Amino acid sequence: MRKSLVVLALAGALALTTAMTPAFAQARTDVKIGLVLEPPSLDPTAEAAAAVDEVVYSNVFEGLTKFAADGSIVPGLAKSWDISADGLTYTFHLVEGAKFHDGTDFNADDVKFSLDRINAEGSLNAQKALYTSIASVEVVDPATVKVTLKQPDGNLIYNLAWGDAVIVAPESADNNKTNPIGTGPFTFKDRVEGDHITLEKNQSYWGTPAKLEGATFRFIADPTAAFAALQAGDVDSFPNYPAPETVAQFQNDPRFRVVIGSTEGETILAMNNGKPPLDNVKVREAIAHAIDRQAIIDGAMFGFGTPIGTFMSPANPDYVDLTAQSNYDPEKSKALLAEAGIKDLTLSLKLPPVEGYARRGGEIIANQLAAVGIKTETTNLEWAQWLSEVFTDKNYDLTIISHTEPNDIGIFARPEYYFQYHNADFDKIIADLSVTSDPAKRSELLKAAEKNLADNYAVGFLFELAKVGVENAKLQGMWANAPTQATDITAVSWAE
Amino acid sequence: MPSFLLGRGISLVLSLIAASVVIFLVLEVVPGDPAQFMLGLNATPEAVATLRQTLGLDGPLLERYFSWIFGLLRGDFGISYTYKVPVAGLIADRIWISLPLALYALALSTLIAFPVGIIAAVKRNSPADVTIMGATQIGVAVPNFWFAMLLVLLFAVTLRWFSAGGFPGWHDPLMALKALTLPAVALALPQASILARVMRSSLLDTLGEDYIRSARAKGLSQGQTLWRHALRNALIPVLTIIGLQFSFLLAGAIIIENVFFLPGLGRLVFQGITSRDLIVVKSVVMLLVFAVILVTFLVDVTYALVDPRLRRAVR
Repeated sequence: MRKSLVVLALAGALALTTAMTPAFAQARTDVKIGLVLEPPSLDPTAEAAAAVDEVVYSNVFEGLTKFAADGSIVPGLAKSWDISADGLTYTFHLVEGAKFHDGTDFNADDVKFSLDRINAEGSLNAQKALYTSIASVEVVDPATVKVTLKQPDGNLIYNLAWGDAVIVAPESADNNKTNPIGTGPFTFKDRVEGDHITLEKNQSYWGTPAKLEGATFRFIADPTAAFAALQAGDVDSFPNYPAPETVAQFQNDPRFRVVIGSTEGETILAMNNGKPPLDNVKVREAIAHAIDRQAIIDGAMFGFGTPIGTFMSPANPDYVDLTAQSNYDPEKSKALLAEAGIKDLTLSLKLPPVEGYARRGGEIIANQLAAVGIKTETTNLEWAQWLSEVFTDKNYDLTIISHTEPNDIGIFARPEYYFQYHNADFDKIIADLSVTSDPAKRSELLKAAEKNLADNYAVGFLFELAKVGVENAKLQGMWANAPTQATDITAVSWAE
Repeated sequence: MPSFLLGRGISLVLSLIAASVVIFLVLEVVPGDPAQFMLGLNATPEAVATLRQTLGLDGPLLERYFSWIFGLLRGDFGISYTYKVPVAGLIADRIWISLPLALYALALSTLIAFPVGIIAAVKRNSPADVTIMGATQIGVAVPNFWFAMLLVLLFAVTLRWFSAGGFPGWHDPLMALKALTLPAVALALPQASILARVMRSSLLDTLGEDYIRSARAKGLSQGQTLWRHALRNALIPVLTIIGLQFSFLLAGAIIIENVFFLPGLGRLVFQGITSRDLIVVKSVVMLLVFAVILVTFLVDVTYALVDPRLRRAVR
């Protein structure tokens, strides 16, 4: 008797808890999105973390220009702009009637405030270097702003689309870290640190209103938990799904859709060009030929990724396929090492904490290098250690890393950068590029830069990260590709 | 009793001071610059330097130690480097997940372990005992995170009775308890197995004592003997284990919190370490140390209540 009572009580408790689960509503107007990384604070102008943009970019905050789903740059808070013949003066015509979420009007003063703030002394903007060409910002009238440059800057319109240059209001800017106030189609509702952030539809949005009434971003770092959360319906979409090993299960399940898209993440085997013997181009070339890219993509990324032969996304119209120049050829690799007079080479391989490309990829690369006689000493690092040892102190020979910023080939020209690639020809190309705004000439210069990096085997070029998105099959309007790290949900809706 | 309490109290304070020094120094020598971490790959060196200054990372060692300790004493835990909100608030939010989860798991484990352990001891070498010992052996051997994954696969993915994880907040207490149920079960079963085994062996020891035979001889039934004499004496080692388990459940649920993506204290420390939010790490670890030392203190006091001989022994 007692036993059956216990069973009854248990069954009752279970029935109660199950009954509390809300019934599936017909037309849903909210979406639950799973993200791997949680944003630290919520101000994209004060944080480097891509996770900030993955929540607020385009949804809460808008810039003068913005990224569209296909990677093109489209008007944002500036409906149009004129560029003077000498390329030194940009006149932006602003949209009218836009308001910040706290009810204050958006106008030219806010634009001046936001742009001046980036370059101000003591500014903590993580991409400050992108906006150094700006000499002054002038308010012509409430709907017109004139930006004067120190020298022509062909990247300005592109760089203004970054999350780091969104327009904020002087009244609310200091509190954006915890209570973001922008002009976008969604307003910030609440946040439980470590768990989720909720956005709500902005009912008085100046542009095309959002189709959803609200959205919740949940932070799930563990790959197994991400799988379970999708399967259990706790999240509707994982735009960057962290468990490629289980993707096939979703592909075979009609409740889900798997979308493989492109990113701006060039994954490379970075080499310390400033340290012997890697200052010798023959040794770098030998390493490049020792690497079998497809084996890494298959083994470490479960087949997701596109081989690259230079530092440019294959999705970019200016991309040149130079993979043949560093094809997999272990015999050639051994010959080059012999030619360089290198024997018994041992290199350090310092890996950041990324399970896929770095940790799994690192094992494969270590084996491939061993096959041509190069030994490696692998060290697994945390991000903070990687930043100080590899990035800042340049105390490394090899590392595997994905550079996910869009259009960032210029980092090879930075004098103190951790590759230590000091190449006068390359520096000249980048210097020319930054003052060229003619599209045809820019394309030519970019291609020359790509070729320079491939010719000099600046680093080992591995593959472009794929964007693996898993979503509810009825969800529409999520970005397939990631031209920038953002989760633009302004066009997302549910099918009947 | 007062001198017993005083002695325990002094050792509590000394342990806390020693712990604070160790925690502070360990975090001083951890490699990695919080400012560089926060500003990322493209930051200018000037911006990194400015941020270091803003975060107060440049002062002398002693000064920073004392400003931290005096802050803690006043309840001022500082501002999180990453979240930019007061650490005290972060801890307050998360303790409302970690503490109920620990208590929930502890209650479950005790509720399971006591009857099971007693049955096994009383029916020693019977089929029930053998089954229980076998089951608890498995319970001890199975890692709780693996068990947690099985629970998720069954109850969340297949049956869809529960969410796979997350925490909806306490504004709806039933939903909150529901969200904590699978994690609590995952935490409780291995603990219950340990506790049941300890309960069984401790009870077997006392059941063999002379005074039990005397109690039976003066006419008490088996149940009365068990309840009035054996159980009370068998409780001391069990209490020790419960005390240890509570500390473990409060501070050691990190992996379970990851499996169920629960924003608890353990995960706060874990995230704080990876993102070099050292001020959060320092304060939360200190708080957990405090909790563990306090629980040990309370367990000691409980011993003294259960067994008056221990009060004299300390003198």
